[in-house]
Amino acid sequence: MSFEWIVKIISENWPMFLRGAGMTLFIALLGTILGAIIGLLIGLIRTIPVPERGAKRAILKAVNAILATYIEFFRGTPMIVQAMVIYYGSALAFGVDMDRILAAVFVVSINTGAYMAEIVRGGIISIDKGQFEAAHAIGMNHVQTMMNVVLPQVIRNILPATGNQFVINIKDTSVLNVISVTELYFTTKSIAGNNFRYFESFFVACVMYFIMTLIVTKILRYFERKLEGPDNYAVMANPVQAEGKK
Amino acid sequence: METIIEIKHVNKYFGSHEVLKDIDFSVKKGEVVTIIGSSGSGKSTLLRCINLLEKPSGGEIMYKGENILDEKHDIFTYRRKLGMVFQQFNLFNNHNVLSNCVVGQVKVLKRSKDEAEKVAMKYLKIVGMDKYVNARPNQLSGGQKQRVAIARALSMEPDVMLFDEPTSALDPEMVGEVLKVMKQLAESGLTMLIVTHEMEFAKEVSDRVVFMDKGVIAEEGSPEQIFNHPTQERTREFLKRTLRSS
Repeated sequence: MSFEWIVKIISENWPMFLRGAGMTLFIALLGTILGAIIGLLIGLIRTIPVPERGAKRAILKAVNAILATYIEFFRGTPMIVQAMVIYYGSALAFGVDMDRILAAVFVVSINTGAYMAEIVRGGIISIDKGQFEAAHAIGMNHVQTMMNVVLPQVIRNILPATGNQFVINIKDTSVLNVISVTELYFTTKSIAGNNFRYFESFFVACVMYFIMTLIVTKILRYFERKLEGPDNYAVMANPVQAEGKK
Repeated sequence: METIIEIKHVNKYFGSHEVLKDIDFSVKKGEVVTIIGSSGSGKSTLLRCINLLEKPSGGEIMYKGENILDEKHDIFTYRRKLGMVFQQFNLFNNHNVLSNCVVGQVKVLKRSKDEAEKVAMKYLKIVGMDKYVNARPNQLSGGQKQRVAIARALSMEPDVMLFDEPTSALDPEMVGEVLKVMKQLAESGLTMLIVTHEMEFAKEVSDRVVFMDKGVIAEEGSPEQIFNHPTQERTREFLKRTLRSS
Protein backbone atom coordinates (compact mmCIF):
# COMPACT_ATOMS: atom_id res chain seq x y z
CA MET A 1 0.00 0.00 0.00
CA SER A 2 1.30 3.39 -1.04
CA PHE A 3 0.15 5.30 2.00
CA GLU A 4 1.96 2.99 4.41
CA TRP A 5 5.06 3.35 2.31
CA ILE A 6 4.83 7.13 2.46
CA VAL A 7 4.65 7.06 6.25
CA LYS A 8 7.52 4.62 6.36
CA ILE A 9 9.65 6.67 3.98
CA ILE A 10 9.05 9.84 5.96
CA SER A 11 9.75 8.23 9.32
CA GLU A 12 12.96 6.67 8.06
CA ASN A 13 14.27 9.54 5.93
CA TRP A 14 12.88 12.75 7.38
CA PRO A 15 16.28 14.17 8.38
CA MET A 16 17.48 13.72 4.78
CA PHE A 17 14.34 15.29 3.34
CA LEU A 18 14.67 18.25 5.68
CA ARG A 19 18.34 18.71 4.88
CA GLY A 20 17.52 18.59 1.18
CA ALA A 21 14.70 21.09 1.58
CA GLY A 22 16.98 23.28 3.66
CA MET A 23 19.61 23.26 0.95
CA THR A 24 16.97 24.04 -1.69
CA LEU A 25 15.70 27.00 0.33
CA PHE A 26 19.21 28.20 1.06
CA ILE A 27 20.28 28.21 -2.60
CA ALA A 28 16.99 29.67 -3.79
CA LEU A 29 16.96 32.43 -1.16
CA LEU A 30 20.59 33.42 -1.53
CA GLY A 31 20.34 33.17 -5.32
CA THR A 32 17.24 35.35 -5.37
CA ILE A 33 18.73 37.98 -3.07
CA LEU A 34 22.03 38.14 -4.95
CA GLY A 35 20.18 38.01 -8.25
CA ALA A 36 17.92 40.86 -7.16
CA ILE A 37 20.96 42.93 -6.22
CA ILE A 38 22.61 42.17 -9.57
CA GLY A 39 19.37 43.02 -11.35
CA LEU A 40 18.94 46.24 -9.42
CA LEU A 41 22.44 47.39 -10.24
CA ILE A 42 22.16 46.49 -13.91
CA GLY A 43 18.72 48.04 -14.19
CA LEU A 44 20.06 51.25 -12.65
CA ILE A 45 23.06 51.36 -14.96
CA ARG A 46 20.96 50.65 -18.03
CA THR A 47 18.61 53.56 -17.25
CA ILE A 48 21.32 56.20 -16.75
CA PRO A 49 20.51 58.89 -19.30
CA VAL A 50 23.13 58.70 -22.06
CA PRO A 51 24.74 62.11 -22.64
CA GLU A 52 24.63 63.51 -26.15
CA ARG A 53 28.38 63.38 -26.59
CA GLY A 54 31.71 62.95 -24.83
CA ALA A 55 33.70 60.08 -23.35
CA LYS A 56 30.96 59.25 -20.86
CA ARG A 57 28.63 58.48 -23.74
CA ALA A 58 31.06 55.99 -25.27
CA ILE A 59 31.68 54.25 -21.95
CA LEU A 60 27.98 54.01 -21.14
CA LYS A 61 27.19 52.65 -24.59
CA ALA A 62 29.89 49.98 -24.25
CA VAL A 63 28.76 49.00 -20.75
CA ASN A 64 25.14 48.80 -21.91
CA ALA A 65 26.11 46.53 -24.78
CA ILE A 66 27.99 44.19 -22.44
CA LEU A 67 25.08 44.08 -20.00
CA ALA A 68 22.60 43.44 -22.78
CA THR A 69 24.72 40.51 -23.94
CA TYR A 70 24.84 39.09 -20.42
CA ILE A 71 21.07 39.32 -20.11
CA GLU A 72 20.43 37.75 -23.52
CA PHE A 73 22.88 34.93 -22.88
CA PHE A 74 21.58 33.87 -19.48
CA ARG A 75 17.94 34.26 -20.42
CA GLY A 76 18.52 32.40 -23.64
CA THR A 77 20.17 29.23 -22.30
CA PRO A 78 18.78 26.63 -19.86
CA MET A 79 20.00 26.80 -16.28
CA ILE A 80 20.73 23.08 -16.28
CA VAL A 81 23.22 23.63 -19.13
CA GLN A 82 24.67 26.73 -17.47
CA ALA A 83 25.29 24.68 -14.33
CA MET A 84 27.20 22.04 -16.28
CA VAL A 85 29.20 24.58 -18.25
CA ILE A 86 30.13 26.65 -15.22
CA TYR A 87 30.89 23.77 -12.87
CA TYR A 88 32.76 21.45 -15.22
CA GLY A 89 33.99 24.27 -17.41
CA SER A 90 35.72 26.04 -14.56
CA ALA A 91 37.44 22.80 -13.63
CA LEU A 92 38.53 22.15 -17.19
CA ALA A 93 39.52 25.64 -18.21
CA PHE A 94 41.04 27.06 -15.06
CA GLY A 95 41.70 23.95 -13.00
CA VAL A 96 39.45 25.34 -10.29
CA ASP A 97 37.64 22.76 -8.24
CA MET A 98 34.62 24.87 -7.42
CA ASP A 99 32.63 24.11 -4.33
CA ARG A 100 29.36 22.60 -5.57
CA ILE A 101 27.18 24.76 -3.39
CA LEU A 102 29.10 27.86 -4.36
CA ALA A 103 28.69 26.94 -8.02
CA ALA A 104 24.98 26.37 -7.44
CA VAL A 105 24.47 29.75 -5.75
CA PHE A 106 26.50 31.38 -8.51
CA VAL A 107 24.43 29.84 -11.29
CA VAL A 108 21.11 30.70 -9.66
CA SER A 109 22.28 34.25 -8.86
CA ILE A 110 23.45 35.20 -12.32
CA ASN A 111 20.45 33.54 -13.86
CA THR A 112 18.07 35.42 -11.59
CA GLY A 113 20.12 38.57 -12.14
CA ALA A 114 19.50 38.41 -15.87
CA TYR A 115 15.74 38.20 -15.37
CA MET A 116 15.68 40.74 -12.56
CA ALA A 117 17.67 43.25 -14.62
CA GLU A 118 14.83 43.38 -17.11
CA ILE A 119 12.19 43.46 -14.38
CA VAL A 120 13.97 46.39 -12.70
CA ARG A 121 14.46 48.23 -15.97
CA GLY A 122 10.78 47.79 -16.75
CA GLY A 123 9.97 48.98 -13.23
CA ILE A 124 12.02 52.14 -13.68
CA ILE A 125 10.61 52.91 -17.12
CA SER A 126 7.07 52.48 -15.83
CA ILE A 127 7.45 55.17 -13.15
CA ASP A 128 5.54 58.27 -14.23
CA LYS A 129 7.75 60.82 -15.97
CA GLY A 130 6.29 63.46 -13.69
CA GLN A 131 8.05 61.91 -10.71
CA PHE A 132 11.42 62.44 -12.41
CA GLU A 133 10.48 65.96 -13.47
CA ALA A 134 9.30 66.97 -10.02
CA ALA A 135 12.55 65.68 -8.51
CA HIS A 136 14.64 67.45 -11.13
CA ALA A 137 12.63 70.63 -10.66
CA ILE A 138 13.60 70.85 -6.99
CA GLY A 139 17.24 70.46 -7.96
CA MET A 140 17.86 66.74 -7.46
CA ASN A 141 20.45 65.15 -9.73
CA HIS A 142 19.99 61.73 -11.31
CA VAL A 143 21.38 59.78 -8.35
CA GLN A 144 19.33 61.71 -5.79
CA THR A 145 16.22 61.29 -7.92
CA MET A 146 16.74 57.54 -8.17
CA MET A 147 17.57 57.02 -4.50
CA ASN A 148 14.89 59.21 -2.94
CA VAL A 149 12.01 59.06 -5.35
CA VAL A 150 12.18 56.45 -8.07
CA LEU A 151 13.85 53.41 -6.55
CA PRO A 152 11.60 53.15 -3.48
CA GLN A 153 8.62 53.06 -5.82
CA VAL A 154 10.31 50.60 -8.16
CA ILE A 155 11.14 48.22 -5.34
CA ARG A 156 7.57 48.20 -4.16
CA ASN A 157 6.33 47.65 -7.69
CA ILE A 158 8.71 44.80 -8.52
CA LEU A 159 8.22 42.94 -5.25
CA PRO A 160 5.57 40.61 -6.74
CA ALA A 161 7.86 39.80 -9.67
CA THR A 162 10.76 39.19 -7.28
CA GLY A 163 8.59 36.85 -5.23
CA ASN A 164 7.67 35.08 -8.41
CA GLN A 165 11.35 34.66 -9.19
CA PHE A 166 11.96 33.23 -5.71
CA VAL A 167 9.22 30.67 -6.21
CA ILE A 168 10.66 29.74 -9.61
CA ASN A 169 14.10 29.38 -8.02
CA ILE A 170 12.82 27.05 -5.30
CA LYS A 171 11.59 24.72 -8.02
CA ASP A 172 14.43 25.23 -10.46
CA THR A 173 17.19 24.46 -7.99
CA SER A 174 16.16 20.86 -8.70
CA VAL A 175 18.15 21.01 -11.93
CA LEU A 176 21.30 21.51 -9.88
CA ASN A 177 21.23 17.80 -9.10
CA VAL A 178 23.27 17.49 -12.31
CA ILE A 179 26.26 18.90 -10.45
CA SER A 180 25.41 16.73 -7.40
CA VAL A 181 24.22 19.49 -5.12
CA THR A 182 22.39 17.80 -2.25
CA GLU A 183 19.16 19.74 -2.65
CA LEU A 184 15.70 18.23 -2.29
CA TYR A 185 15.51 16.58 -5.72
CA PHE A 186 18.96 15.02 -5.42
CA THR A 187 18.22 13.78 -1.90
CA THR A 188 14.90 12.31 -2.98
CA LYS A 189 16.58 10.53 -5.84
CA SER A 190 19.03 8.87 -3.45
CA ILE A 191 16.23 7.90 -1.07
CA ALA A 192 14.21 6.43 -3.90
CA GLY A 193 17.31 4.69 -5.18
CA ASN A 194 17.60 2.87 -1.88
CA ASN A 195 13.98 1.80 -1.38
CA PHE A 196 12.91 1.59 -5.05
CA ARG A 197 9.68 3.40 -4.12
CA TYR A 198 9.91 6.18 -6.67
CA PHE A 199 6.32 7.33 -6.62
CA GLU A 200 6.04 7.53 -2.84
CA SER A 201 9.43 9.20 -2.37
CA PHE A 202 8.83 11.82 -5.02
CA PHE A 203 5.31 12.38 -3.77
CA VAL A 204 6.83 13.43 -0.45
CA ALA A 205 9.25 15.73 -2.30
CA CYS A 206 6.36 17.16 -4.30
CA VAL A 207 4.42 18.05 -1.18
CA MET A 208 7.54 19.58 0.36
CA TYR A 209 8.18 21.77 -2.68
CA PHE A 210 4.57 22.88 -2.62
CA ILE A 211 4.68 23.75 1.10
CA MET A 212 7.85 25.77 0.58
CA THR A 213 6.48 27.80 -2.31
CA LEU A 214 3.17 28.31 -0.52
CA ILE A 215 4.82 29.65 2.63
CA VAL A 216 7.13 31.91 0.65
CA THR A 217 4.20 33.29 -1.33
CA LYS A 218 2.30 34.05 1.87
CA ILE A 219 5.28 35.77 3.48
CA LEU A 220 5.86 37.92 0.39
CA ARG A 221 2.19 38.91 0.24
CA TYR A 222 2.50 40.05 3.85
CA PHE A 223 5.52 42.24 3.04
CA GLU A 224 3.78 43.70 0.01
CA ARG A 225 0.88 44.78 2.15
CA LYS A 226 3.26 46.26 4.69
CA LEU A 227 5.00 48.31 2.02
CA GLU A 228 1.69 49.72 0.85
CA GLY A 229 1.59 51.72 4.07
CA PRO A 230 -1.39 52.40 6.28
CA ASP A 231 -4.79 52.67 4.62
CA ASN A 232 -5.79 55.69 6.63
CA TYR A 233 -4.13 58.80 7.90
CA ALA A 234 -4.71 60.76 11.08
CA VAL A 235 -5.87 64.32 10.60
CA MET A 236 -3.87 66.49 12.95
CA ALA A 237 -6.25 68.52 15.05
CA ASN A 238 -3.36 70.51 16.37
CA PRO A 239 -0.54 71.04 13.86
CA VAL A 240 2.01 71.56 16.65
CA GLN A 241 1.47 67.92 17.40
CA ALA A 242 2.32 67.14 13.83
CA GLU A 243 5.56 69.03 14.02
CA GLY A 244 6.74 66.88 16.88
CA LYS A 245 5.59 63.72 15.22
CA LYS A 246 8.09 61.99 12.99
CA MET B 1 13.49 96.70 -10.20
CA GLU B 2 16.03 93.92 -10.57
CA THR B 3 15.51 91.53 -13.47
CA ILE B 4 15.70 87.92 -12.27
CA ILE B 5 15.17 85.99 -15.47
CA GLU B 6 15.81 87.24 -18.94
CA ILE B 7 15.20 85.16 -22.02
CA LYS B 8 16.91 86.16 -25.22
CA HIS B 9 16.12 84.78 -28.67
CA VAL B 10 15.10 81.38 -27.31
CA ASN B 11 13.73 78.85 -29.73
CA LYS B 12 12.78 75.24 -29.35
CA TYR B 13 12.32 72.52 -31.90
CA PHE B 14 10.61 69.20 -31.38
CA GLY B 15 12.00 67.38 -34.39
CA SER B 16 11.43 69.76 -37.28
CA HIS B 17 8.50 71.47 -35.59
CA GLU B 18 9.40 74.86 -34.17
CA VAL B 19 7.45 75.25 -30.94
CA LEU B 20 9.09 78.46 -29.73
CA LYS B 21 10.25 81.10 -32.16
CA ASP B 22 12.77 83.68 -31.07
CA ILE B 23 11.28 84.46 -27.67
CA ASP B 24 12.42 87.56 -25.77
CA PHE B 25 10.99 87.92 -22.36
CA SER B 26 11.93 88.87 -18.83
CA VAL B 27 10.69 88.65 -15.26
CA LYS B 28 11.52 91.20 -12.59
CA LYS B 29 11.75 90.56 -8.88
CA GLY B 30 8.36 90.60 -7.19
CA GLU B 31 6.48 90.55 -10.46
CA VAL B 32 3.51 88.31 -11.16
CA VAL B 33 3.42 87.42 -14.84
CA THR B 34 0.74 85.25 -16.40
CA ILE B 35 1.13 83.60 -19.77
CA ILE B 36 -2.09 82.98 -21.66
CA GLY B 37 -2.83 81.55 -25.07
CA SER B 38 -4.53 78.62 -26.73
CA SER B 39 -3.34 75.03 -26.40
CA GLY B 40 -0.26 74.35 -28.48
CA SER B 41 0.84 77.97 -28.47
CA GLY B 42 4.04 77.07 -26.61
CA LYS B 43 3.25 78.50 -23.16
CA SER B 44 4.06 75.35 -21.21
CA THR B 45 7.14 74.68 -23.33
CA LEU B 46 8.39 78.18 -22.55
CA LEU B 47 7.93 77.58 -18.84
CA ARG B 48 9.63 74.19 -19.05
CA CYS B 49 12.51 75.74 -20.97
CA ILE B 50 13.00 78.24 -18.19
CA ASN B 51 13.83 75.56 -15.63
CA LEU B 52 15.46 73.38 -18.28
CA LEU B 53 13.05 70.46 -18.12
CA GLU B 54 13.18 71.09 -21.86
CA LYS B 55 16.48 72.14 -23.30
CA PRO B 56 16.08 75.18 -25.56
CA SER B 57 17.41 74.62 -29.08
CA GLY B 58 18.97 78.08 -29.19
CA GLY B 59 19.19 81.43 -27.45
CA GLU B 60 20.14 82.48 -23.95
CA ILE B 61 18.49 82.23 -20.57
CA MET B 62 19.99 84.75 -18.19
CA TYR B 63 19.51 84.24 -14.48
CA LYS B 64 20.71 87.22 -12.45
CA GLY B 65 23.02 88.16 -15.30
CA GLU B 66 24.47 84.68 -15.93
CA ASN B 67 23.71 82.56 -18.95
CA ILE B 68 22.56 79.26 -17.51
CA LEU B 69 22.70 77.54 -20.89
CA ASP B 70 26.45 77.90 -20.71
CA GLU B 71 28.15 74.48 -20.57
CA LYS B 72 29.92 75.17 -17.31
CA HIS B 73 26.83 76.39 -15.50
CA ASP B 74 25.48 73.89 -12.98
CA ILE B 75 21.82 73.33 -13.78
CA PHE B 76 21.10 71.67 -10.46
CA THR B 77 22.13 74.73 -8.48
CA TYR B 78 20.05 76.87 -10.80
CA ARG B 79 16.93 74.71 -10.59
CA ARG B 80 16.70 74.88 -6.83
CA LYS B 81 16.21 78.65 -7.17
CA LEU B 82 13.04 78.01 -9.17
CA GLY B 83 9.97 76.37 -7.74
CA MET B 84 7.80 74.43 -10.15
CA VAL B 85 4.17 73.48 -9.83
CA PHE B 86 2.89 70.99 -12.39
CA GLN B 87 -0.49 70.46 -13.95
CA GLN B 88 -0.43 66.84 -12.77
CA PHE B 89 0.85 67.73 -9.26
CA ASN B 90 3.60 65.08 -9.41
CA LEU B 91 3.81 64.59 -5.67
CA PHE B 92 6.33 61.93 -4.73
CA ASN B 93 4.18 58.83 -4.33
CA ASN B 94 6.53 57.19 -1.86
CA HIS B 95 6.49 60.11 0.56
CA ASN B 96 3.72 61.43 2.77
CA VAL B 97 2.69 65.08 2.72
CA LEU B 98 5.30 66.29 5.19
CA SER B 99 8.05 64.19 3.66
CA ASN B 100 7.25 65.53 0.19
CA CYS B 101 8.12 68.99 1.47
CA VAL B 102 11.13 67.80 3.47
CA VAL B 103 13.05 65.48 1.17
CA GLY B 104 14.27 68.18 -1.22
CA GLN B 105 15.37 70.46 1.58
CA VAL B 106 17.36 67.70 3.26
CA LYS B 107 18.88 66.11 0.15
CA VAL B 108 19.39 69.17 -2.03
CA LEU B 109 19.72 72.10 0.36
CA LYS B 110 21.39 69.94 3.04
CA ARG B 111 19.18 71.31 5.76
CA SER B 112 18.82 69.32 8.98
CA LYS B 113 15.66 67.26 9.27
CA ASP B 114 14.35 69.38 12.14
CA GLU B 115 14.89 72.63 10.33
CA ALA B 116 13.39 71.21 7.13
CA GLU B 117 10.28 70.05 8.98
CA LYS B 118 9.86 73.46 10.54
CA VAL B 119 10.08 75.14 7.13
CA ALA B 120 7.74 72.56 5.60
CA MET B 121 5.16 73.10 8.34
CA LYS B 122 5.31 76.84 7.79
CA TYR B 123 4.41 76.48 4.12
CA LEU B 124 1.95 73.65 4.64
CA LYS B 125 0.15 75.99 6.99
CA ILE B 126 0.08 78.75 4.38
CA VAL B 127 -1.57 76.41 1.87
CA GLY B 128 -3.84 75.01 4.57
CA MET B 129 -2.56 71.46 4.46
CA ASP B 130 -0.80 71.35 7.83
CA LYS B 131 -3.41 68.98 9.22
CA TYR B 132 -2.64 66.32 6.64
CA VAL B 133 1.07 65.80 7.22
CA ASN B 134 0.66 62.04 7.54
CA ALA B 135 -1.48 61.52 4.48
CA ARG B 136 -0.10 59.88 1.39
CA PRO B 137 -0.60 61.52 -2.01
CA ASN B 138 -3.10 58.89 -3.18
CA GLN B 139 -5.31 59.69 -0.21
CA LEU B 140 -5.76 63.34 -1.17
CA SER B 141 -8.09 65.15 -3.56
CA GLY B 142 -6.68 66.98 -6.56
CA GLY B 143 -6.95 70.39 -4.93
CA GLN B 144 -5.24 69.12 -1.80
CA LYS B 145 -2.47 67.53 -3.85
CA GLN B 146 -1.85 70.74 -5.72
CA ARG B 147 -1.69 72.75 -2.51
CA VAL B 148 0.87 70.30 -1.13
CA ALA B 149 2.80 70.61 -4.38
CA ILE B 150 2.84 74.37 -3.92
CA ALA B 151 4.09 73.95 -0.35
CA ARG B 152 6.76 71.54 -1.56
CA ALA B 153 8.05 74.10 -4.06
CA LEU B 154 7.86 76.93 -1.51
CA SER B 155 9.77 74.86 1.05
CA MET B 156 12.83 75.17 -1.16
CA GLU B 157 12.46 78.94 -0.73
CA PRO B 158 12.94 79.69 -4.42
CA ASP B 159 13.47 83.09 -6.02
CA VAL B 160 10.79 82.46 -8.61
CA MET B 161 7.76 80.20 -8.67
CA LEU B 162 6.68 78.68 -11.95
CA PHE B 163 3.13 77.39 -12.30
CA ASP B 164 2.33 75.21 -15.29
CA GLU B 165 -1.46 75.23 -15.64
CA PRO B 166 -1.89 74.44 -11.95
CA THR B 167 -5.68 74.17 -12.08
CA SER B 168 -6.22 72.50 -15.44
CA ALA B 169 -6.36 68.96 -14.06
CA LEU B 170 -8.70 69.87 -11.21
CA ASP B 171 -12.42 69.37 -10.81
CA PRO B 172 -14.17 72.74 -11.11
CA GLU B 173 -15.05 72.93 -7.43
CA MET B 174 -11.39 72.54 -6.45
CA VAL B 175 -10.02 75.26 -8.68
CA GLY B 176 -10.99 77.95 -6.21
CA GLU B 177 -8.96 76.63 -3.27
CA VAL B 178 -5.79 76.51 -5.35
CA LEU B 179 -6.31 79.94 -6.90
CA LYS B 180 -6.94 81.37 -3.45
CA VAL B 181 -3.55 80.13 -2.26
CA MET B 182 -1.86 81.47 -5.36
CA LYS B 183 -3.50 84.85 -4.95
CA GLN B 184 -2.30 84.99 -1.39
CA LEU B 185 1.24 84.23 -2.56
CA ALA B 186 1.04 86.90 -5.26
CA GLU B 187 0.04 89.45 -2.67
CA SER B 188 2.95 88.46 -0.43
CA GLY B 189 5.36 89.76 -3.08
CA LEU B 190 6.60 86.42 -4.41
CA THR B 191 7.89 86.44 -7.98
CA MET B 192 5.54 84.26 -9.98
CA LEU B 193 5.30 83.11 -13.54
CA ILE B 194 1.99 81.44 -14.26
CA VAL B 195 0.71 79.61 -17.31
CA THR B 196 -3.05 79.52 -16.98
CA HIS B 197 -6.42 79.27 -18.67
CA GLU B 198 -8.13 81.08 -15.78
CA MET B 199 -8.70 84.49 -17.35
CA GLU B 200 -10.47 86.07 -14.38
CA PHE B 201 -7.62 85.02 -12.14
CA ALA B 202 -5.02 86.35 -14.60
CA LYS B 203 -6.83 89.66 -14.78
CA GLU B 204 -6.94 89.90 -11.01
CA VAL B 205 -3.43 88.96 -9.88
CA SER B 206 -1.11 89.79 -12.76
CA ASP B 207 1.25 92.71 -12.97
CA ARG B 208 1.78 91.75 -16.57
CA VAL B 209 0.05 89.45 -19.02
CA VAL B 210 1.79 87.72 -21.90
CA PHE B 211 -0.28 86.40 -24.77
CA MET B 212 1.36 83.65 -26.80
CA ASP B 213 0.24 82.43 -30.18
CA LYS B 214 1.89 79.84 -32.47
CA GLY B 215 5.21 79.92 -30.64
CA VAL B 216 5.66 83.67 -30.43
CA ILE B 217 4.78 86.31 -27.88
CA ALA B 218 2.04 88.11 -29.75
CA GLU B 219 1.34 90.76 -27.18
CA GLU B 220 2.24 91.67 -23.63
CA GLY B 221 1.20 94.38 -21.24
CA SER B 222 -0.80 95.18 -18.15
CA PRO B 223 -3.96 93.12 -17.55
CA GLU B 224 -5.99 96.24 -18.26
CA GLN B 225 -4.35 96.66 -21.62
CA ILE B 226 -4.48 93.02 -22.70
CA PHE B 227 -8.00 92.23 -21.59
CA ASN B 228 -9.66 95.57 -22.30
CA HIS B 229 -7.65 97.17 -25.07
CA PRO B 230 -5.77 94.48 -26.98
CA THR B 231 -3.96 95.89 -29.98
CA GLN B 232 -3.53 92.63 -31.90
CA GLU B 233 -6.27 90.99 -33.87
CA ARG B 234 -5.30 87.46 -32.69
CA THR B 235 -5.40 88.56 -29.05
CA ARG B 236 -8.93 89.85 -29.60
CA GLU B 237 -9.90 86.60 -31.30
CA PHE B 238 -8.49 84.49 -28.48
CA LEU B 239 -10.16 86.53 -25.76
CA LYS B 240 -13.47 86.45 -27.56
CA ARG B 241 -13.29 82.66 -27.77
CA THR B 242 -12.24 82.01 -24.19
CA LEU B 243 -14.31 84.64 -22.42
CA ARG B 244 -17.43 83.48 -24.19
CA SER B 245 -16.89 79.88 -23.20
CA SER B 246 -16.12 80.57 -19.57
